[in-house]
Amino acid sequence: MNMLANGPLKPRYYNEMYDGDGAPHTHYADYAAWLSAKPVEFMLQKQKEADTLYARHGITFAVYGDETGVERSIPFDIIPRVIRPAAWKVISDGCCQRMRALNAFLNDIYHGQDIIRAGIIPAEQIVNNKLFRHEMRGINVPSDVYVHIAGIDIVMVGPDTFYVLEDNLRTPSGVSYMLENRKMMMRLFPELFVRASIAPIDHYTNVLLDNLRAVAPEGVADPTVVLLTPGSYNSAYFEHAFLAQQMGIELVEGQDLFVVDDFAYMRTTHGPQRVHVIYRRIDDDYLDPVAFKPESTLGVRGLFSAYRAGNVTLANAIGTGVADDKSTYKYVPDMIRFYLNQEPILQNVPTYRLSEADDLKYVLANLPELVVKEVQGSGGYGMLVGPAATKVELEAYRARIIGNPAEFIAQPTLALSTCPTFVQSGVAPRHVDLRPYVLSGKKVTLVPGGLTRVALRDGSLVVNSSQGGGTKDTWVMEG
Amino acid sequence: MLARAANNLYWMSRDIERAENSARMLDVTYRMSLLPYRVLEEGQEWAEPWALPLVMNGLATAYYARYPGNLTPDSVMRFMVLDPANPASIYACLQSARENARSVRGAITSEMYEDLNEVWLQMREMTYESIQERGFSEFFDWVKLQSHQFRGVTFGTMLRDEGYQFIRLGTFMERADNTARILDVKYHALLPSVDDVGGAVDYYQWGALLRSVSAFDAYRKVYRDIITPMKVAELLILRDDVPRSMHACMNEIYEILRELCDDSQKESERQAGELHARLHYGRTQQIIDHGLHEYLMEFLDAMATLTQEISFDFLGKAREPLTAELETG
Repeated sequence: MNMLANGPLKPRYYNEMYDGDGAPHTHYADYAAWLSAKPVEFMLQKQKEADTLYARHGITFAVYGDETGVERSIPFDIIPRVIRPAAWKVISDGCCQRMRALNAFLNDIYHGQDIIRAGIIPAEQIVNNKLFRHEMRGINVPSDVYVHIAGIDIVMVGPDTFYVLEDNLRTPSGVSYMLENRKMMMRLFPELFVRASIAPIDHYTNVLLDNLRAVAPEGVADPTVVLLTPGSYNSAYFEHAFLAQQMGIELVEGQDLFVVDDFAYMRTTHGPQRVHVIYRRIDDDYLDPVAFKPESTLGVRGLFSAYRAGNVTLANAIGTGVADDKSTYKYVPDMIRFYLNQEPILQNVPTYRLSEADDLKYVLANLPELVVKEVQGSGGYGMLVGPAATKVELEAYRARIIGNPAEFIAQPTLALSTCPTFVQSGVAPRHVDLRPYVLSGKKVTLVPGGLTRVALRDGSLVVNSSQGGGTKDTWVMEG
Repeated sequence: MLARAANNLYWMSRDIERAENSARMLDVTYRMSLLPYRVLEEGQEWAEPWALPLVMNGLATAYYARYPGNLTPDSVMRFMVLDPANPASIYACLQSARENARSVRGAITSEMYEDLNEVWLQMREMTYESIQERGFSEFFDWVKLQSHQFRGVTFGTMLRDEGYQFIRLGTFMERADNTARILDVKYHALLPSVDDVGGAVDYYQWGALLRSVSAFDAYRKVYRDIITPMKVAELLILRDDVPRSMHACMNEIYEILRELCDDSQKESERQAGELHARLHYGRTQQIIDHGLHEYLMEFLDAMATLTQEISFDFLGKAREPLTAELETG
């Protein structure tokens, strides 16, 4: 298949597969050779097969605000994204370092608050932050781990240049797609896995389960771990069910649990059973109508009390949002220096905080070139991509910013790398990012790769699935 | 296992069985409607063949609210096959089954879910016209086949854990209930007076009753005789070698509950035992003397109570306040 048949390769963005002359980079050489020998009908057929299988498996998600229906399949692209081992080492080391610092940060601000005392982070940034949970002050969590599962969003702008776009430390999702994508690729193209040594990833759920069991309350020989889901109408429900099944743990909803005398139980066919660790995929606010939002029907009455008493462990801990807040993001490199005494391996994207007058002035003057995000947003909702916005959208967003500047941060539009993608017009470069998943327990680990998200619309830089993005399998070569 | 998950599996199973039973019932009604049938006497309109699927499921009121004063094959078919607002329609049953399955995907095998999902995806695309064009009998055969297939996939792939038991329990509870209803309604449509029990009967109508529970061939094998109402009642109530008989279903139900209870004493098991004994040791003449209708009504009431008890004992329905849950363990 002629890869250049659909036009130039947009040389101003780093193309992960091809260099400026159309020759594949070394780490992609094997795959590129294989691909060029395949007729386009073969690839089309395989893509169709993938789409059908995904639909049949019911690997779907729901898009909020979408009128077309409750479920949609996440588009999966059959061209893999390959990462050089050297690049992966940097990403992996960088993520581990970052997570050690973030966990140390959370432990600190919910206890002695040394980092504030040292003048590195202003008190208001933490204490006035909507996501800081005063209820967590002084509570000790097992192994001092607050974020058991993190998703770090990383972009590549050159072969060795990475930026951390944001940290996701509350209920990061997408790992099920990472795992299912790999299974799908192995099914569609088994020969590729014979030809090359692609680092396996299916031990993710084993590591996660071990970590979860390890943070059970003290003295429990055989802890019961459950996964708490908001239910089948949640956009990530497929993932909740998938993970629970892979780990061999019960998938529970709030109604299945109850708390008596600060102990948590689940309702089984043979009566109540004690629960020790809850991998919760429900936001803090909805976890416990007694402690948090009283109108929540998704949570468990008295759960926070049981948590505070140390009778049940929650993963991730309550109150981690203050660390993945986009305004706290700016301080993460400082955290690495302060807690670990190291220089950050991965760079932050230069970020303007609109709560500061100079930053606000700059941003308003350069809005069409910037990406602006809500400080406490997620999922790509409520953001502005300057270069892609219409005049009307720009004006509307400008008004929002002026209305409450502290709610926003801005970053330069990054030249995200591209990766060939099988789109309607054929194979064409599309922007990608990477979300590796970091598991923290007694050790901090990553499975090689992570979820590659791809913006399917030509020129689009927004990769979130909720905004029309797709995914690819991510390969890290061994050795 | 999680009480709610068991509940979902149990009802998923009942939904599929109900869809199959509806298909069976409607198929027979449809085929019978192609033959000439006797004119009904005054006050017997409910016995009109197309009304029977409604009466049997207690849906007459709901139906007439939808189609006031209008009983036509077309409307009944629409109501019983495709109406999403009718919880007993084939469409609604399959939708519910799939939703229940989706809620507990972890408790069933991926093959089971994919199979059921596929059935739902196909059902969702159907319109009355597309079914009509394909042929109603073809469609009903398709529904029955899907039910058989799902049962086969379940039997072939599922771990023999509690979830499996609740699925089977759902099937047999629904089946027993359905057999009792069909028998009650059809029997009375065709035999208004108990004096007629020994008399000449309409071969086709009774044959239809037997076919609607796939017991026509069984009857001939067992009795090698003309069809008599008393033998039909015996076959479908007391003989445990006929898969859809009340006795055969109760055999399974009782055994499943005994296994689920293990050593503990539960009310649902006790009730099932009682029901089972009545069927196991019952005699046909006794049933006729008691009054078949009364007998079947009592059975259906007992089944409704048993359904409740199963919910209390296993499926998370609260009988008493919260702390009592811990005490009874």
